[in-house]
Amino acid sequence: MSGDRIVKLTPFRKILIANRGEIALRVMRTARRLGFATVAVYSDADLDAPHVRAADQAVRIGEPLPAQSYLRIDAIVAAAKATGADAVHPGYGFLAENEDFAAACRDAGLVFIGPSPQAIESMGNKAGAKAIMQQAGVPCVPGYQGEDQSDATMAAEAARIGFPVMIKAVAGGGGRGMRLVESAAAFPDHLRSARSEAQGAFGDPTVILERAIVEPRHIEIQVFGDRYGNAVHLGERDCSVQRRHQKLIEEAPSPAVTPQLRARMGEIAVKAVKAIGYEGAGTLEFLLDGAGNFYFMEMNTRLQVEHPVTEAITGLDLVELQLRIASGEPLALRQEDVRFSGHAIEVRLCSEDARHGFMPQSGKMLEWQPADHLRVEHALYSGIDIPPFYDSMIAKVIAHGATRDEARRRLIHGLEQTVAFGVTTNQAFLTACLRHDVFAQGGATTAFIGQHADELLARPLVAGIDNAALAALLLYVTDPHAPPWRPGRSLATTFPMPMRFAIDGEVSETEIARNREGDYAVGTNGEGRAIAVAALDGGVIRVKADGLTESVRYRRAGGRLYILRDGVVLSVHDLTRAAPERAAAGGGDGKLRAALNGRVVAVLVQPGDAVTAGQPVATLEAMKMEHVHVAPVSGIITELGVTEGEQVTTGHIVAVIDAATDATA
Amino acid sequence: MGPRLRGDDPEGVSLKFRRNLRNMAIIESTISTGSAGFKANRDGMLALIARMRMLEARSRAKSAAAKERFHKRHQLLPRERVALVLDPGAPFLELSTLAGYMFDVPDPDKSAPGGGVVAGIGFVSGIRCMVSANDAGIDAGALQAYGLDKTLRVQELALENRLPYVQLVESAGANLLRYRVEDFVRGGNIFRNLARLSAAGLPVVTVTHGSSTAGGAYQTGLSDYIVMVRGRTRAFLAGPPLLKAATGEIATEEELGGAVMHTSVSGLGDYLAEDDRDALRIARDIMAGLDWDRPEPDHKRADAKPPRYDAEDLLGIMPMDHKRPVDMRQAIARFVDDSDFVEFGPDYGPATVCGQARIEGHAIGIITNNGPLDPAGANKATHFIQACCQSRTPLLYLNNTTGYMVGKAYEEAGMIKHGSKMIQAVTSATVPQITIYCGASFGAGNYGMCGRGFHPRFCFSWPNAKTAVMGGEQAAETMAIVTEAAAARKGAPVPREQIDAMKAKITSVFDGQMDVFSTSARVLDDGVIDPRDTRAVLAEVMAICREGDARAPHRMQFSVARP
Repeated sequence: MSGDRIVKLTPFRKILIANRGEIALRVMRTARRLGFATVAVYSDADLDAPHVRAADQAVRIGEPLPAQSYLRIDAIVAAAKATGADAVHPGYGFLAENEDFAAACRDAGLVFIGPSPQAIESMGNKAGAKAIMQQAGVPCVPGYQGEDQSDATMAAEAARIGFPVMIKAVAGGGGRGMRLVESAAAFPDHLRSARSEAQGAFGDPTVILERAIVEPRHIEIQVFGDRYGNAVHLGERDCSVQRRHQKLIEEAPSPAVTPQLRARMGEIAVKAVKAIGYEGAGTLEFLLDGAGNFYFMEMNTRLQVEHPVTEAITGLDLVELQLRIASGEPLALRQEDVRFSGHAIEVRLCSEDARHGFMPQSGKMLEWQPADHLRVEHALYSGIDIPPFYDSMIAKVIAHGATRDEARRRLIHGLEQTVAFGVTTNQAFLTACLRHDVFAQGGATTAFIGQHADELLARPLVAGIDNAALAALLLYVTDPHAPPWRPGRSLATTFPMPMRFAIDGEVSETEIARNREGDYAVGTNGEGRAIAVAALDGGVIRVKADGLTESVRYRRAGGRLYILRDGVVLSVHDLTRAAPERAAAGGGDGKLRAALNGRVVAVLVQPGDAVTAGQPVATLEAMKMEHVHVAPVSGIITELGVTEGEQVTTGHIVAVIDAATDATA
Repeated sequence: MGPRLRGDDPEGVSLKFRRNLRNMAIIESTISTGSAGFKANRDGMLALIARMRMLEARSRAKSAAAKERFHKRHQLLPRERVALVLDPGAPFLELSTLAGYMFDVPDPDKSAPGGGVVAGIGFVSGIRCMVSANDAGIDAGALQAYGLDKTLRVQELALENRLPYVQLVESAGANLLRYRVEDFVRGGNIFRNLARLSAAGLPVVTVTHGSSTAGGAYQTGLSDYIVMVRGRTRAFLAGPPLLKAATGEIATEEELGGAVMHTSVSGLGDYLAEDDRDALRIARDIMAGLDWDRPEPDHKRADAKPPRYDAEDLLGIMPMDHKRPVDMRQAIARFVDDSDFVEFGPDYGPATVCGQARIEGHAIGIITNNGPLDPAGANKATHFIQACCQSRTPLLYLNNTTGYMVGKAYEEAGMIKHGSKMIQAVTSATVPQITIYCGASFGAGNYGMCGRGFHPRFCFSWPNAKTAVMGGEQAAETMAIVTEAAAARKGAPVPREQIDAMKAKITSVFDGQMDVFSTSARVLDDGVIDPRDTRAVLAEVMAICREGDARAPHRMQFSVARP
């Protein structure tokens, strides 16, 4: 086909990457291999970030909040102009699916590495996209995308579609403004909250309705189209394992997709791409039900986070394809050239606390060492500050194997070897997901995490020394004032030291002493077990107890200790010499403290106000999530420690409540 | 090559000689560890060691029998206290564990040696110290047979080896049933030694875990740093029964000698701990705050942690109006390492703030004002200045004071003598003193807080600083009252306008001279600094002082003369 047309080249030599983190580094890697110069942009929070260090040039584009930096079209276009960049890669997220940005680049004479502004716009509107796809012969979920947003119409349409119904923000993404409604009775409430969340998040309360497909799989087809009407698909990815409607584990191929189904879905996707004249990388997301029916959900007009699994099984570099297409080269790849080899699985390592509602975490990553032998996409180094302003995904770990089980085995092993000390991550949770029977058998749907949360969050049992004894031993030998550890006879006091510490918040007490022979006794009331330390060096301890020797990674930082054991990071807090927790525990001192590093987006009370326990006092936003802080006790607000817009750190006093003057009394 | 002793020496002997030459000083092992004699010796030695360990274990067990009682009171056993005050895994040279063996009870199966004292040389926050603890699990911590001899020996060792002395006190005192007058008289040496240690520049750090009464109260009282435990410390000369018998007064133990009373009213205690663990942490913090071993001038710079808060905040902390109160700890938090400030006596004379901190690794004692200097505050500051001199810790005076407290109650409490004592301490201090005028520096407060007249090594001002004998308004008001009173005595009232004019003039004369653009112009400081540079300036100044003090220039009888 391409032979019939005039080649319309749009060459470029220097690419500005309008993004941060791992994706910026990922794009730079291919760009550099193909001989392109690179320009990074950064906010004040990323002054010394890896993507800034890696680029040939870097331009500051504003303050930490995305709206003041990575979402500033003018600043980014100006950065391109200032550095002489002639192309822009948007990565994913931020401005990647913003038609105004694509248009601004085009207007400024920059090559936008992605589809046309029109394509972005038409696919960005979910209702419109569905209509277009339906016309192109793509099956869609029954739903309502009308302009009449009145409560009555919405309720009637919901009834027509049939419950369960999903409410989605038209301008949505990332699960915001999204509600699953089980019955007509619950519909009005959910509609209201979805609208208000959509208004808050996107400035547009418009929502659409869709039949909710029960326990579907999330299957997406990767496509590429060029400006000459050529298009191919690169097979599917199965992204069913999600929490909060966000993907956590992705794999290719899907264990639920047969070659026939793949061919059919791929064919429909390619047809649609050709029908809308789409250029560049795109992904059509489908829901697949248990009967093999699939329904179009939306099209992402950009590179996906999970593109590496497709790269792993096709051997292609998707960023390279993007760059070549954007420069005007015709797609050199024909559908029959696309070959799939083996199986690939990716996990998203996120700085979040799975055991506390996946709450995002920020702070200093004291030690980071990715797994050997696996592809790890990240922008981390030991000692980096993970800022609270951006997405909590900090790394992707990808394993490829001849079979699904091989890929899974390699990925589990790699995750277990990954050292991420200092900021809580979902490392253990991911390992638990990968190990779970349902996932192992390829049976995970989007309901997987919700249905198996308890099992996935349970701490695995450890063989050998129990965690508390190991923690006590490590606290003892790595105390900041302890002398360098040496084997052999010891002159340390043999009086047992009564240790007290919290492992992941749970307080333990045990005694420890080193005997004259140099071994350790750990335990309580003389029931100590003997532990020998064989070596202690470079963050690894080798311990021997009951004939079993084990090497364990650890990191000591003041009163904190991190231990990596079987893929689980234990966070230990030394309380040995700490004052007892007074009634203060649980906010009994009337002080409401910030639970995380974040920005104060709303202060809901005034000094002098009476509040009841549980009443919202202030809302903090971190990593795109809002966290309502509620009054720990009933009483009168005597002091407010925050103002709207202020950035606060964990533990900062948000408000002081005088419980003595209990308003409810 | 080797020397030949005999011409017909067989080859083997000369080889042995050569080997000996190579390893000249290394003793060759000649014992046979498999021999019957060796084995018999070894068995005998092990039996003796086992006997010694058995006796040690017996005393430990006897003391630990009180474990449940102690733990129920949220107290730790004495050996747990020792283990917690020491650096884990560091050597602890325990002393005289067999003291008093067979003298307590002349029964080898019952005697529990140790003298009622657990003592040894160990490390506390990396500093080698003498640590001594009353074995409060036995006989309420009363000294046992040879306990006095052990204690005096331990104190002598601290003096001879120049070791700081850490005491973990909980003792009922002497056992009255075993009273001997010579022990009473000789016992005075314990207190004499404590005073000698302090004067010898060896800090005495005491945690008063429980009773420290009658004579034993001086074991606490003669310490340089005293940590008390809420609800447990009992330090008084007479307890409630003796008090009632002596004077008829009725008071509780807590009122007479509790930790809260002593740390907020009497000033006997410097630090209030919530429990034993907390108290031992504080004791360790005190030791960690001393720059005890000072190998080289810049030894700590590399691992010094920056403050936790932004120095930019210093711009908004100091009020433009010096009458507005300010918590100077918030300023301190923005220029000391890790914002870490171990406050000394926070509840006694709280308007005067004293404490230990580090700046780029240099230990420093900080004195500042959250309000006027009062008798308790002046007393505390005096104590703190002397303690810093003892440990060779430089002093930093952050002036933010409108002066010493005035009024009948304060005059009666001896404000002048306590203020004088502080001024004497400042004058006689033997460590580098650095002054920063952070806000007001008025009246005698300027003197007590080491103003320029007291020759601080360096003296800087923040741009908002004000220096004066008093505020302009106060001076004007004072003069107005004096003038009106004099006129009234003469019966010739002064017209209002005249008084107002005089007040305006005085106010303008005072206010016109108090700001930094007047005082620094008169070289009453060494310059004005941006508050945000405080940390950097102090780090330089500390390094200059430390290097200067360590330098030994070659002094001459002449200056180098030109030809």
